[in-house]
Amino acid sequence: MSESILTIRNLQIEGFADEQWKPIVNGIDLDLNRGEVLGLIGESGAGKSTIGIAAMGYCRPGCRIVGGTIDFDGVQIHELTSDQIREVRGVRISYVAQSAAASFNPAHRLIDQYAETPVQHGVLKFQQAANNARAMYATLDLPDPDNIGRRYPHQVSGGQLQRAMVAMAMSCEPDLIIFDEPTTALDVTTQIEVLAAIKDVVQRFNTAAIYITHDLAVVVQLADRIMVLRYGDLVEESETNEILKNPKENYTRDLLAVRTFKKNPEDLVKGQVPLIEINDLHASYAGDIKVLEDINLTVEKGRTVAIVGESGSGKSTLARAMTGLLPPSQGTVKYSGSELPRSYKERTKDQLRQMQMIYQMPDVALNPRQKLREVIGRPLGFYFGMDGAERDRRVKELLEMIELPTNYIDRFTPELSGGQKQRVCIARALAAQPVVIICDEVTSALDQLVAEEILKLLDRLQKELKMTYLFITHDLATVKAIADEIVVMLRGRIVESGLKDDVLRPPHHEYTELLLSSVPEMDPDWLDRLLESRATAS
Amino acid sequence: MRFWLSLKRAGLPAHIGIVIILLFAFAAVFAPWLAPYGESEVVDAVPWATPEESGTLLGLDQLGRDLYSRVLYGARNTIALAMGITILAFFMGMTAGFFAAVVGRWVDLLLSRIVDIIMAFPTLFFALIALSIFGTSIPVLVFVIATLDATRVYRIARALAMDINVMEYVEVARLRGEGLWWIMRREILPNTLTPLLAEFGLRFCFVFLFISSLSFLGIGIQPPAADWGAMVRENGVAITYGIFTPLVPAAAIAILTIAVNLVVDWFLRKTAGLREEY
Repeated sequence: MSESILTIRNLQIEGFADEQWKPIVNGIDLDLNRGEVLGLIGESGAGKSTIGIAAMGYCRPGCRIVGGTIDFDGVQIHELTSDQIREVRGVRISYVAQSAAASFNPAHRLIDQYAETPVQHGVLKFQQAANNARAMYATLDLPDPDNIGRRYPHQVSGGQLQRAMVAMAMSCEPDLIIFDEPTTALDVTTQIEVLAAIKDVVQRFNTAAIYITHDLAVVVQLADRIMVLRYGDLVEESETNEILKNPKENYTRDLLAVRTFKKNPEDLVKGQVPLIEINDLHASYAGDIKVLEDINLTVEKGRTVAIVGESGSGKSTLARAMTGLLPPSQGTVKYSGSELPRSYKERTKDQLRQMQMIYQMPDVALNPRQKLREVIGRPLGFYFGMDGAERDRRVKELLEMIELPTNYIDRFTPELSGGQKQRVCIARALAAQPVVIICDEVTSALDQLVAEEILKLLDRLQKELKMTYLFITHDLATVKAIADEIVVMLRGRIVESGLKDDVLRPPHHEYTELLLSSVPEMDPDWLDRLLESRATAS
Repeated sequence: MRFWLSLKRAGLPAHIGIVIILLFAFAAVFAPWLAPYGESEVVDAVPWATPEESGTLLGLDQLGRDLYSRVLYGARNTIALAMGITILAFFMGMTAGFFAAVVGRWVDLLLSRIVDIIMAFPTLFFALIALSIFGTSIPVLVFVIATLDATRVYRIARALAMDINVMEYVEVARLRGEGLWWIMRREILPNTLTPLLAEFGLRFCFVFLFISSLSFLGIGIQPPAADWGAMVRENGVAITYGIFTPLVPAAAIAILTIAVNLVVDWFLRKTAGLREEY
């Protein structure tokens, strides 16, 4: 059992940034036995992916291995020539990337891509590989396993594609698989499928695996042992159960305690003043693809309404329809009792000012060629005619409000971290002195600890400024933390809505139930229990 | 600071390119002081006198004018004109390209088809027609070449702007109620500047070569003003007598073109985010 498959000693990796080499990984030791699953966890920049890829003897462009040894089953991988490494990769070590959609070649059928590696390496003939593929698709519970391989990557869903990728990684029955955030880009409901598939396949073939993620609740379902990393250093390493029960380091404890933030229920604004009323709203793309149907929704002043649903449920489209980016085909949006023009182009400056948006990806929501002075200052100048020293003073006030140093005013936006960027987006929205802020998945792209800070900030601002929030998210943990009311959406329709406690209290609509039960819990047996209960139910 | 660092690391080819461009620019700016003779001053009645015969650096041309002085003045005319034309072409092309990308729909369709029509004609052919209709004067030359090059710039500017236009920060600006001009100038322009600058270098070369070829055909810069392309044409016959005179302006054209391209290559590599292995 305890036969070692991978031994890494004192691994040091540097990356090239700002015209100089900077350390990314500072002397990490790693041991992995056959059939063992090791979880690598940490926030972005922890070096977890870099270590995972280094186990294959590979470095991303702009990185270099400067020290240490990588011993894979008796072979010193870091000393091999690239031809020799190629013999090992794909056959004995394989890799599953975060975005299956970006990793498959869109021009080839799934089964051809499955067979490519074994045929290339001369392990199997195409027919054998194809037969294996069908068996593997069946193992991974893909629908219609005999024929699904004939499809192209865009013809299957995201979760199915990710499973097809796991199948592909298994094509040569490798000794080691590196999973690099394979479920991060998926909805909770889809994540379950993929997690179950990975767990099953790893156990069945007794494959060793390195599972890289930032979500502790996910990794405890799979890993035997967990390494917590931060800034390229090892924080803590021990058995999964041990880490859950007795975390030694503060940082690990913080990771475990994540999602404990809860809005004070007493902050719920009583006395209902309807601020936004949406009546019988329909919207469609390109004329005939209906994305929203029969939406009726009232948002009370001072409250936080969470709109929940998986991708494709139309929740972001609802925000676009409200802001006028996608004029609705039918129905009305009323704001403070008066109807808003359908398109943002016809709305007055003041109407635009009162409804602000914050986006999922702060990277693309901030112009990389602007300094914070302009990003935050522009709404001040645009709406309130401020300029010069007065404007700078207000920008600094806003920076203080979002807990950033005031000297950041001269920084360009790419010089900030992800969490700081999201704070700047919040400040930009606040600069307009809005009444409503629409938050579209504002925490999804952030590390969990950072996300929690953002939620706390938003909650504080709501209390101070009497803000109304519309919170669009697929993450139920966020909803539980911050919402006053919940609206559940499925395929463009609202299936359930009401005050948070009412929606979260059983009995649920069956879709709400599915969403709720799919949120991973910090319990190694959660996945098994869930799958069991779902199996008995059906 | 960061700029100087990346300049330092640009590599030998880019450094060579930069030094050559600076030399040419220096020559162009200070031509009247550097040149021993005037632009069209006849030094000696002997055509194509060798340096030894005439006591000049590079000898004389077909009318007995000092070649070295002519090359310096030629740098002035050709480079200044090429620069002016490229700037005008970029101004027109970028404005139209950004406008088409941001507004979209029929505006985009209309502008793009107009550009297609202009591009359908071979450039030299188009320039010949335009110049023979409007006559050969500097303003007409500038405007015709700039229009032709603006079509190429339009294509690139539009494609770049389309990518930026779907970014959420542009959406934020729209939802704020910003006008078209502000979106084009403050949101889109800064984010397309680097690739466009690289293109500027390339375009400058093309314009410069184009002026030279028009002058060579006799419809570019008119004599007696010195221009490298015209100088090659006027002295072309000399090559049959084994006289190197026409090769001097030709070499000037080639060297500047190569130098600009060396710098542009470095620029493009930087923008593309490609990095050699260290």
